[in-house]
Amino acid sequence: MTLRFDIPEENFADILVKAFTNRSFLTGFVITALVAAVAIVSFFWTPFDVTRLIIADKTQAPSPAHWFGTDHFGRDILSMIMIGARNSIAVALVAVGIGMGVGVPLGAFAAARGGIFDEAVMRLNDLVFAFPALLSAIMITAIFGPGALNAIIAIGIFNIPVFARVARAGALAIWPREFILAARAAGKGKTLITLEHVLPNIVTLLLVQGTIQFALGILAEAGLSYVGLGTQPPMPSWGRMLFDAQTRMVAAPWMAIFPGMAIAITVLGLNLLGDGIADILDPRSRRQR
Amino acid sequence: MTVYLLKRLAIALVTLVLASMVVFAVLEIIPGDPARLMLGLNASADQVELLRNQMGLNAPLALRYLHWAGGLLSLDFGRSYTYSVPVIDLVGERVVVSLPLALIALALSTIIAIPVGLFSAGRHGRAGDTIAMGAAQLGVAVPNFWFALMLIYLFAVWLRLVPSGGFPGWSAGVWPALKSLFLPAIALALPQAAILARVTRSALIEVLNEDYIRTARAKGLPYRAVLWRHALRNAMIPVLTILGLQFAFLLAGTIIIENVFYLPGLGRLVFQAITQRDLIVVESVVMLLVAAVIAVNLLVDLSYAVVDPRLRSRQ
Amino acid sequence: MSLLEIENLSLSIGDTPILRDVDLSVAPGEVMGLVGESGSGKSITALTVMRLLPWAARATGRVVFDGIDILAASEDQMCALRGDDIGMVFQEPMTALNPVKTIGEQVAEGIRWHTRASRADAEDRARKMLDRVGLPSAKFPLSRYPHELSGGQRQRVVIAIACALKPKLLIADEPTTALDVVLQAQTLDLLRDLVAENRMGLLLISHDLAVVTEMADRITILRHGEVMETGDTARTLSEQLHPYTRQLAQASMHVPALARTHEVGQDNPQLQAAKPLLQVAKPLLRVESVTRDYPGRRTSLLRHAASIRAVDDVSFSIDAGQSVALVGRSGCGKSTLARMVLALDGPTSGTIRFRGQVITGKSEAELKPARRDMQVVFQDPYGSFDPRQKVEKLVAEPLHVLEKKPTNAERREMVAKALHEVGLSPRDMDKYPHEFSGGQRQRLSIARAIITRPKLVVADEPVSALDVSIRAQILDLFAELNQKLGVAYLFITHDLTVARAITDQVMIMHDGRIVERGRTSEVLDHPQSEAAKALVAAAPDLHRAIARRLQEQG
Repeated sequence: MTLRFDIPEENFADILVKAFTNRSFLTGFVITALVAAVAIVSFFWTPFDVTRLIIADKTQAPSPAHWFGTDHFGRDILSMIMIGARNSIAVALVAVGIGMGVGVPLGAFAAARGGIFDEAVMRLNDLVFAFPALLSAIMITAIFGPGALNAIIAIGIFNIPVFARVARAGALAIWPREFILAARAAGKGKTLITLEHVLPNIVTLLLVQGTIQFALGILAEAGLSYVGLGTQPPMPSWGRMLFDAQTRMVAAPWMAIFPGMAIAITVLGLNLLGDGIADILDPRSRRQR
Repeated sequence: MTVYLLKRLAIALVTLVLASMVVFAVLEIIPGDPARLMLGLNASADQVELLRNQMGLNAPLALRYLHWAGGLLSLDFGRSYTYSVPVIDLVGERVVVSLPLALIALALSTIIAIPVGLFSAGRHGRAGDTIAMGAAQLGVAVPNFWFALMLIYLFAVWLRLVPSGGFPGWSAGVWPALKSLFLPAIALALPQAAILARVTRSALIEVLNEDYIRTARAKGLPYRAVLWRHALRNAMIPVLTILGLQFAFLLAGTIIIENVFYLPGLGRLVFQAITQRDLIVVESVVMLLVAAVIAVNLLVDLSYAVVDPRLRSRQ
Repeated sequence: MSLLEIENLSLSIGDTPILRDVDLSVAPGEVMGLVGESGSGKSITALTVMRLLPWAARATGRVVFDGIDILAASEDQMCALRGDDIGMVFQEPMTALNPVKTIGEQVAEGIRWHTRASRADAEDRARKMLDRVGLPSAKFPLSRYPHELSGGQRQRVVIAIACALKPKLLIADEPTTALDVVLQAQTLDLLRDLVAENRMGLLLISHDLAVVTEMADRITILRHGEVMETGDTARTLSEQLHPYTRQLAQASMHVPALARTHEVGQDNPQLQAAKPLLQVAKPLLRVESVTRDYPGRRTSLLRHAASIRAVDDVSFSIDAGQSVALVGRSGCGKSTLARMVLALDGPTSGTIRFRGQVITGKSEAELKPARRDMQVVFQDPYGSFDPRQKVEKLVAEPLHVLEKKPTNAERREMVAKALHEVGLSPRDMDKYPHEFSGGQRQRLSIARAIITRPKLVVADEPVSALDVSIRAQILDLFAELNQKLGVAYLFITHDLTVARAITDQVMIMHDGRIVERGRTSEVLDHPQSEAAKALVAAAPDLHRAIARRLQEQG
């Protein structure tokens, strides 16, 4: 007798109940949903038109008209943050998509095939890991020039080995299980087993990693835009707004405070969401034999 | 043990060689002729051709790679196109800023994170844990360059305790130099500390669920003693992994933070070089940073073997 | 005067009641056996005495050890008791030791902590203790790490830790469940000697009635957190007054009710008809001098250690409808052999023929016909199902090998039939595996194995993870299907009672070789080889144990 209480898999309704009684998940979900809603709304409506520069209104402190104040061109900061949300989410989402789309198959098949293929994938991972996202961005910028697309590629490439590693580690933990042997005894091949048994069982792991990488992607995009390698003006982006704010810290601190808070809150929301998912779906995922 | 070490070393070397090929290839793809760039638009085709021969640009690709890689090994990175000085001199001036900054930040984040992780794991689920992890959650979410701006606003603009930016150089004395690295180091270290504290805590909590912790408790060791003597060392492996990854992030982070604080480090050098299309400098700095990341990862692999006896006897 | 006195102990974890009004006592020098099936609360009782409960646990009642009220004691008091006056041995030796500390450090640690002895003194005592438990320092220096020891050796280290300070009470929670029968016998002997030498009280927790009977003076039977019966071991088990005691005892000695058929299809007309055909045909399975080597560990960059021979020149055959047990100690190569028979692993040399066809070195596509007639049942009823799939899909998995893919309706039909045959309802098709108990899951596992109407089922320890009463039912099911469907079994087990209950023939495997083969009753009653003798001698047997107890008491 050991003290391992087997936590059973649950059906969907139970999971929902658990999700919305989990503090991390609920907070994270609300924040993320809000940010996403703001990004969507920005397509149709923003308080002010950010393409029009009204120099007369420049660097105004927060007021009932401009809740978050205006920047050095008289643009409404709130409106810019709203559009920036759209931009941040798009970049991070595509980058996570690239990472998952390439990394997960690589990792899952490295685990299934083993041998030289596995070794090659792992070495490739090491190689990419040696170039932090910012370095690859620098190299890519050096070739193609700066821009949001290059930021996406740089962050996306960096995400590939992350997902490959998580998928491989998760799959390696599944492969020795008896139900895999049972599937093999039923004559199923490695590809079929990976699709039918391995991937469904590592989905939660990937989901959790996905939210983490999403959050990191938002931070990375902001960083790249801040140093001028990411989204280019006049398209508003949170990182770029902080760059513009830097030299005006004394005169217009709100230009720095609000975009920074937007980044922090978004990332916080995603991280809480990830923690929550991990809590709910696999409280003891790592304790399985 | 030796098998493990040799294998890790071989992997590091292979990675380094592959990385150098990638960097070299990138330089090859880049549009624009370095010789033309150095001579300016008015130079004649003959002049350009002469310089290309001098620079060895007409040699076969493989030969040029070997020449370049051989140069790297003897610390000969070539000459900067724009400054016309050896790249190694440019890099040397800047490394003395960036490297101390990254190391101070790494030390700071470790010193903060491990005790916080221990504290939180020891009070798992109680108020102290919740508060510490709430703070860590915030710390993870804050972008370091924004945090840097806020620090400047608070300590330099408001309280006027430290300079808001710039670097007096080590020749101005150790203390003023350190003082100007103080805020950048904190800005870099705190978000990383938050990540590391979370990892330390969860690694500890996972280890605390292991059977051997119960064995240790059954010996009569109090909880605190079990945490220190049994849990911490077993929890070190994930912590070391993250520490290795963080070094890469810190290096990248220095590039950004140097821009916030106007520090004359590698980051500033790289950005100037990009705007001036001084590609050989970009390439050298990238190669240097990549080598540093690989070296640190090798170090992490080796420290696994110190921590875990199972690795020492396995291949 | 009792050493340990538990009165009216009730305990709940969160809102779930675990123990209700448990009474239990251990006198100094007495061995008390605590028996129960999984979920009966045996382990929790032990952890209550150590006060190492999960934090959500709430206990009421009285637990008095040596005059100290355990439930009211401070944590400091408990720390002083644990390891010094009360020692504990756990079930899982592979995880009970800290992987990054040497065994010397781990044994000496408790000694230093409680006696404030110097490092050298403590190590000296640790060395003596390890020597006492059968790990002499000449062969097992203090600087060994746990991963350098086998499971049985690790359990000895755990026992050394628990007994290092000669506690008044030793609690052993399923100390031998993870070990094979021979190691089990050795470990029990060691525990018995240590207890006698130091006049320790022993609270021995086990699910195995035979083990407890051999060891315990008195016995307490626990079920669903309540004490069913307490009393002198021999009397309790020979009289079997309490119905649950009787149920447990009978399940432990269970032999499937159906008469064993030693000749193929003797009383089955359907098989009778097929018999001439079978006689003409070659044996169902023929294994011809099969060897399997695993590459040795790399010792330096270019050198590997000598490879390990897991299976060494094994030949045997199984006829249609025959039920054969493959018995051996852990690590003897029986699972490797099973995997090769199932074509999940290839032999280094030798061939395996199934229904006359060579199945070694064939591609998955070429194996399809063989796979149709060969299925498998695994040990772990929890690990052998993908938790994300419904029963219908899980049980239907082997249909993958059919030539003609069944339609959805046909598939449901076949699954329903298979479920019915193993005693489950077709309605269970739309459930997930977690909605079933361990025994039901093993029924699912069997349903999956018979859905393609195979000729051979390889069962790898199919009942060793089950409680005794469930085990009896599953053995019955195996026996019934053997008769009804004429399916042959290769039963891999370390448990001789299982072999005796259900198989016609038994093969004893030792160090990769088959050292003995014969009629099951013959081999088990009159073993010839050393390996078989050791297995038979070590196997706990309830009949024998009760008889011995009664004899001792006169």
